[in-house]
Amino acid sequence: MKITIKRKSNYIVDVPLENITLLEALNYIKTKKDPSLTFSSGCRSSVCGSCSLMVNDKPQLACEYKVKDGDFISPLTNLEVIKDLVVDHQKAQNRNKQAKAWIDQSGVLLISSDEVKLSEVQSNCILCSLCYSVCPVYAVNDDFLGPFALTRILKYTLDKRDNNTKDKIDHIQNNGVWDCTLCDACTFACPVGISSKQDIEILRMQSVKQGYVDPSFANFGGGLDFGAPQF
Amino acid sequence: MIDILIIGSGGAGLRTALSAKTKDNKVVVLSKSYPTRSQTSMAQGGINAALSNKDSIQNHYDDTYKSAKGLGDKKSIDLLSKNAPAALEYLDSIGMPFSRNKEGKIAQRQLGGASYNRACYAQDYTGLKLLHTLYDQALKEDIEFINEHYLLNLIHKDNVVLGALVLDIRTSKIKALKAKAVVLATGGYAKIYHAHTSNSEGSTGDGIAVALRSGVEISDIEFLQFHPTALKKSGLLISESARGAGGYLLNAKKQRFTNELASRDLVSRAIYEEIEKTGEVFLDIRHLGEEFIQKELPQERKLAKLHEGIDPAFELIPIKPVAHYSMGGIAVNSKGETSMLGLYAVGECANTYVHGANRLGGNSLLELLVFGQIVGQELKEYIKKENKLEETKTDQYIAKEQKMIDQCFSISSKISFYEKRDLLGSIMYEKMGIIRDEKNMFFAKSFIEEMSEKILLMGLGDKSKQYNSNLIELLEFRNSIDLANIMVNSALLRQESRGAHYRSDKPTMATKNQHTIITKDKIWLK
Repeated sequence: MKITIKRKSNYIVDVPLENITLLEALNYIKTKKDPSLTFSSGCRSSVCGSCSLMVNDKPQLACEYKVKDGDFISPLTNLEVIKDLVVDHQKAQNRNKQAKAWIDQSGVLLISSDEVKLSEVQSNCILCSLCYSVCPVYAVNDDFLGPFALTRILKYTLDKRDNNTKDKIDHIQNNGVWDCTLCDACTFACPVGISSKQDIEILRMQSVKQGYVDPSFANFGGGLDFGAPQF
Repeated sequence: MIDILIIGSGGAGLRTALSAKTKDNKVVVLSKSYPTRSQTSMAQGGINAALSNKDSIQNHYDDTYKSAKGLGDKKSIDLLSKNAPAALEYLDSIGMPFSRNKEGKIAQRQLGGASYNRACYAQDYTGLKLLHTLYDQALKEDIEFINEHYLLNLIHKDNVVLGALVLDIRTSKIKALKAKAVVLATGGYAKIYHAHTSNSEGSTGDGIAVALRSGVEISDIEFLQFHPTALKKSGLLISESARGAGGYLLNAKKQRFTNELASRDLVSRAIYEEIEKTGEVFLDIRHLGEEFIQKELPQERKLAKLHEGIDPAFELIPIKPVAHYSMGGIAVNSKGETSMLGLYAVGECANTYVHGANRLGGNSLLELLVFGQIVGQELKEYIKKENKLEETKTDQYIAKEQKMIDQCFSISSKISFYEKRDLLGSIMYEKMGIIRDEKNMFFAKSFIEEMSEKILLMGLGDKSKQYNSNLIELLEFRNSIDLANIMVNSALLRQESRGAHYRSDKPTMATKNQHTIITKDKIWLK
């Protein structure tokens, strides 16, 4: 099969193998054809988040995508490209610290299986940055906390062991929950089934409970037009 | 000035950093990728701790000691089993999303070789969730990270460590990081088996190879655990919990042939022999039911579908044993101290003598938690000591590394190291694998020696200084060759069978329990 890889110029390469993952194809190219092809990989089993990239402009993990003839492979968007398919994940990862995405001290409590389930999916996150690469808000606002950082915040606000939920909610009001456009691109991008969009909606409800108001309502009149009659 | 430099950002590095950090010291963690990309993310089964009142610390100790086959250290195993409940309590307090039982306590399940349901878990993503929980705390505690930097060598003088020489992967520039204490938390070396390992790309044993070059003592390096049940094509694991829950092993005739819950060395050998005899072996978990499989083993189900094209809820899983865990490594005492002053080792790269000749499932994550905590406390004391960092000039150290890197770039590539890397993996699997004998090991030895001789004919296809992963992989391969060399020499010296080291030409265990000790130019039994 022939695939095209976006590098300094488009690189068209023949891979004489079938029914393999994209990562296997990239390894084949690097070790047999062109050692300068540069990409990241780790676990081969979708848990380390290293091999995220775009296939035909859709976000994928190379280790779980079955490569096909004619595929176009390119680096993640919205993140700075370092070389070939390698991007700088640092800025996106810094959002976790900016968001204070950690538990504040607690005691050990009894927790039911149902309570664990509340944030089970959120704790599957592998920080692959696919959600940042498709986020239209992050594309224009570097300071936006962004999908995985906000999902991490929700994971901890839903955890009854955390005893500082208020502070977490206070902290995500600016460049946070209200900046999201709820476009859902992150949901479709996520390889482990997380919907940061839904998580952000829950965080908005938690914010409202804590007395915060959607800033687009606060500015009513100058804000969004919901199609209601204007008098 | 760095107080504590921790090389490696997996579970061991992070737990050590968290334990060592105070508001007055500077703790830096170095990663060759990013902190959550490490091998720890792949651990599935669980973390052992005697939490139930039906279980006991003594049982945990006994199971571990027995499995170590005479090479376990009583003091270390005692620390491991005694500190386990506190290690789990710590994880609980920092938000580890454990699976829970009906009473709301941490759920526990059975793994091989355990006399009780002792492994605490988070579905089959125990390592992943542990790693991210520790990482979040590390951010909270202001641990500093230096990402995408590769360890080249240690800075040391008169057997005292003074820091490390590292390569900035993005620029190929060499940096000297001076530090009062250095911790190696660089993981194991099972990736030497290349296509026949469960391990991630990075498990090339860098820290152990660096320690060896610096004259630090290594021990029991021939003890490499094979995991019995990996997917046949990809080498990716099906967790031991699948057998713990009642999964069967079937041969080509679809008959059971061994005790599925015996220790890993025995089960691996039984499977390897059965594959030689009847051609193939399968894991059968169909009778556990789709609901159970989806709830407890979702990762395995997904991987079996992707890599083998089968659904384990309805079909047999084709499997083979693969290189999985490095029991040997940098020799440390129960405080994590190596033979070099100020240099510590923790996690899979260290030989703490808790696993001995055969590790039990659920004890490796526990080891990094318990000994990471202990080493962190030790470090706080150690850095109060006088040191000669101020007067240490790093220019000459950097120049030496620069010469080596320049040479990598200037060698014309007559031999592809990628080809040899594959070959090394296959030879190690066949000749230095689950069943060994002198003839096969000599074959492996002569291949490794040939590679050492020809290493300077293996250059780079990528001559760019920018993010040169070709260069990093060459350096990793050189480390692999160094480690394969001491592995085979140690295995030849050990004229017996014990745990994971099984020789068909010396099938019995010697009466004397001896460790293999390796330094730069010597190997002996002690």
